[in-house]
Amino acid sequence: MPRAPIRWRTVTVSEVVEETPQARTIVLDVPEWPGHEAGQHVDVRLTAEDGYQAQRSYSIASAPEDPELALTIERLEDGEVSPYLAGEVRAGDEFEIRGPVGGHFTWRVRDGGPLLLIAGGSGLVPLMAMLRHRAALGSDVEAHLLLSARSLEDVFYREELAGLQHVAMHYTLTRSRPEGWTGYDRRVDVEMLAEVGPPPSEDPLAFVCGPTAFVEQVADGLVALGHAAERIHTERFGPTGG
Amino acid sequence: MPITRGFRGRRAEVDPSRVPPGQYVVRDFPVLSAGPTPHTPLDEWSFTISGAVDEPVSWTWEELLALPTETITVDIHCVTKWSKLDTSWKGVSVDTLLDGVETEGDYVTAWADGDYTTNLPLEDLTDGRAWIAHTYADEPLEPEHGGPARLLVPHLYFWKSAKWVRGLELTLEDQPGFWEAAGYHNYGDPWKEQRYWSD
Repeated sequence: MPRAPIRWRTVTVSEVVEETPQARTIVLDVPEWPGHEAGQHVDVRLTAEDGYQAQRSYSIASAPEDPELALTIERLEDGEVSPYLAGEVRAGDEFEIRGPVGGHFTWRVRDGGPLLLIAGGSGLVPLMAMLRHRAALGSDVEAHLLLSARSLEDVFYREELAGLQHVAMHYTLTRSRPEGWTGYDRRVDVEMLAEVGPPPSEDPLAFVCGPTAFVEQVADGLVALGHAAERIHTERFGPTGG
Repeated sequence: MPITRGFRGRRAEVDPSRVPPGQYVVRDFPVLSAGPTPHTPLDEWSFTISGAVDEPVSWTWEELLALPTETITVDIHCVTKWSKLDTSWKGVSVDTLLDGVETEGDYVTAWADGDYTTNLPLEDLTDGRAWIAHTYADEPLEPEHGGPARLLVPHLYFWKSAKWVRGLELTLEDQPGFWEAAGYHNYGDPWKEQRYWSD
């Protein structure tokens, strides 16, 4: 991996896309972006008029191959930075980012598979970067996505996910479901993991991202099923944060 | 630095001298780990000091608990930007564990269940600056926070405080650990905001 210095860059918002009532994708014009790997994140720094600054980390949603850098940010009710990014920001606004950061929760097509992606809520963001990377390269690495969300309205990138080729999609909706729903309707458990994922004998490469309790439950479940711990990559975020 | 239009921020009501640059104070205790939480049974657990020492030494769980316990109240700072003030721990001082150990090494690789390592200068682990902590807020340390025991080095970013720690390997040369090899800073002083390798 090239080691470009991780320095602050002023970026300009080029587009804002509503994903759900709680989340938006912010597309950024970044001067001299050094490139990234799917799964990495950036640090964002906002500066108020009086010089006060706040920093948070956000996963990159776009593939390395995409022309522009995109972040998807979910509004946390008691957050400081996310209500601004998911509510106030508009095209033309400027702030600072630095990165990319993170060298463990990353996937490149040459890392192979089968790929087992398991997301809780906005934990989908870095996994989407992996799926976009896979699609951009026309990879035929076997891929499975298990996505847990409160309701269908809370699912990011719904249309794009539906259009992805040769990805085994599994949804579980934990709070409310549309009429005639045929997917799962409960929190992810060991039985569900056994049904959706490649068995341990196929040695899938698993990436699990979501709230702490979700990731603990899923990673413990994968280990209980016999998956090797070193094949399970996790990224957790707590109820606090942005 | 550019002003971010419309951003006001929300200044926390804490003593700013206790919050390193770029950090914000949380009340809960977030979790960050790279893989599944290991669950090593206590009867299989041991703690070892090895490497560039005259003789390796190790303790069982019972033996560790029998060592003098210190109570530590400290502020902790995670490189992912949260800080938590006045956290309360109990554990064994690394000074106690190193008592009587002869070493030529100036560096330490702390290693842990889950194939995790982190590197520190030996001097950052001595003189009352580091502990093997087994109790948090008067309760046994929970597995997701590093239980049964984790290294506690509160003056450095918290990834240096290896969860599920099982040993210290003394080394003659400084050897980058898990996050240090993945682009994070080799030393990690939060007051100098040493987050990434180029900071």
